[in-house]
Amino acid sequence: MAPREHKHKVRDLTVRLWREGTGAPLVYLHGAAGVPPWVPFFTQLAGTHEVLVPEHPGFGMSDNPAWIRNVGDVAMYYLDVLDGLGADRVHLVGHSLGGWIAAELAVRNCARLASLTLIAPAGIRIKGVLSGDNFIWSPEELTRNLFHDQAFAEKMLAHTPSEEEADLALTNRFMAAKLGWEPRWFNPALERWLHRISVPTLVLWGADDKIMPSQYAELWGARVPRATVDVIPACGHLPFIEKGDATADKILRFVGGKS
Amino acid sequence: MRFTFFHLMPYRPLDMTERHKHRAGWVVLPNALYDPKNGADEYHSYIDQLAYAEQLGFDVIAVNEHHQTAYGLMPAPNLIASALIQRTSKAKLAIVGRALPLVNNPVNIAEEFAMLDNLSRGRIITGFVRGIGNEYHATGINPSFSHERFQEAHDLIVAAWTKPGPFPFEGEHYNLRYVNLWPRPYQQPHPPIWIPSMGSSETIKWAASPERKYTFLVTFSGRDLVARYLNLYRQQAQEFGYEASGDQLGWASPVYVADTDGRAKEEARAGMESLFNDFLAVPWEMLMPPGYTSLSSMKNTMRMRKSLGARKRHSLEELMESGTVVVGSPQTVRDELSRLRDATGANNLVTMLQFGVLDDVHTKRNMEMFAAEVMPHLRG
Repeated sequence: MAPREHKHKVRDLTVRLWREGTGAPLVYLHGAAGVPPWVPFFTQLAGTHEVLVPEHPGFGMSDNPAWIRNVGDVAMYYLDVLDGLGADRVHLVGHSLGGWIAAELAVRNCARLASLTLIAPAGIRIKGVLSGDNFIWSPEELTRNLFHDQAFAEKMLAHTPSEEEADLALTNRFMAAKLGWEPRWFNPALERWLHRISVPTLVLWGADDKIMPSQYAELWGARVPRATVDVIPACGHLPFIEKGDATADKILRFVGGKS
Repeated sequence: MRFTFFHLMPYRPLDMTERHKHRAGWVVLPNALYDPKNGADEYHSYIDQLAYAEQLGFDVIAVNEHHQTAYGLMPAPNLIASALIQRTSKAKLAIVGRALPLVNNPVNIAEEFAMLDNLSRGRIITGFVRGIGNEYHATGINPSFSHERFQEAHDLIVAAWTKPGPFPFEGEHYNLRYVNLWPRPYQQPHPPIWIPSMGSSETIKWAASPERKYTFLVTFSGRDLVARYLNLYRQQAQEFGYEASGDQLGWASPVYVADTDGRAKEEARAGMESLFNDFLAVPWEMLMPPGYTSLSSMKNTMRMRKSLGARKRHSLEELMESGTVVVGSPQTVRDELSRLRDATGANNLVTMLQFGVLDDVHTKRNMEMFAAEVMPHLRG
């Protein structure tokens, strides 16, 4: 089954939103590269859940209002979105930049959350453990640094993007820079408020993540009160692609669906 | 014409083999490759050249700002300007420019320019730029807000120069309860402002607007682009309801003059090719960080770049062919420069007579030849 694409409007802002499956709602917040291809990971989650994948404001074809200036603005926007979904609570999953947004949302208000899953989230900083400089790398370096298993990188590099794909990628890169350039991929205030996250939280990380080093998993685990940390061996920054089945299994076990 | 002698102050002793082991001569080039003894010699040679330009009759001597690079050793160009004030007495001193978005308190820039203006008794020309993309990697400033910060910093600096202080400044990026410049600038209402640019249409429109009428300089571009952008400024001025004067227009170009075309090429080759291929060349990701230009112009640039294919070294011949550099006998150089002057009506020529690895002896000869054999013919 393929996901259905919707236009989702909250207040004056319309974003694209993909949905698949039925069941308890699970909202997935994408990373800096934009909405990923609909890999089996999503279909697997959609077996037992209604999976909703919005495209963040400023990314792809979603609206880009001038008032979205930082990750806090995006988090507040998603609190509005959650209020309007009609569900009492959702399982929130965020990857990388999306994990940062999810954490900013959760420290503000967990009322709409059933659980929180953070996959290699940005947002906090350990001095001496720098995130990779995705903005200075060439496209090839960036692609290679996304993966542990270079076969995935080779496959990605073999694909020449169409003009439309290249434009979308550039749009996403622009918005990612707006949100994450400085301070690079973190908010100095976030770490001291992580105790506000009151819902069960799963922190997933690829052991060989060259973008957000897996040393960060431990700090998230220490700061978020009800967190479980699970580091996936032989995996890079995109566990939902590189270890899709295992990642979906872990999330489904955590949120209480069958795998 | 009004002649400016402009210097970048490159680090010539750079080991080029080592240089090309790194992605650029900027930001990530290990500073172990900088030798302070050699570097100090470079500063002294270059300051001598700038001071000598006044003796040769240049109207303006000029410096600019770049960070963390062998391309130019002036992260703080006002320090050089301050030294030059003591070494000169009549030439104007242009700092073209300071990169406004890179600082967190633009009042510092307003203060330093005001100091230089007082120290020189009104010989300062200021320049405002955004800095090239590399500087956003060097400083960490978010390129997404580069345009906003430039506009706001400009407004703040001009207000600091012209409005009676103290006054509050309330912006998006800069918020100050007390703006109250001591010293105020020497020139009234404020020192001239030049806008060096690669030529974005937004910048041209902004610089040409009647309340500003800033001198617009096209930097390091081929002759067709220079003509296109300067004429765009003219048209823009006409749309605003006035005729742009030649003093509002100019372009910057590396120039080399020798007694024959052949000799000029031979002597200029290593310097010109190193400027463009070793010092200036940087990967796309450094030069064009996301947000540095608008999304639509970045998309256009990317398409253009794709159609150009892989980057290769520029030869002197290619650089001359496009008119990015001017190299030849006095007659050749006169002809080339006067053609572009006549096509644009521009009255400002910003020459770069030391470029890349060009040594002191050839730089001096080039300066003397230009001053004696080219300048008088173009004065008009």
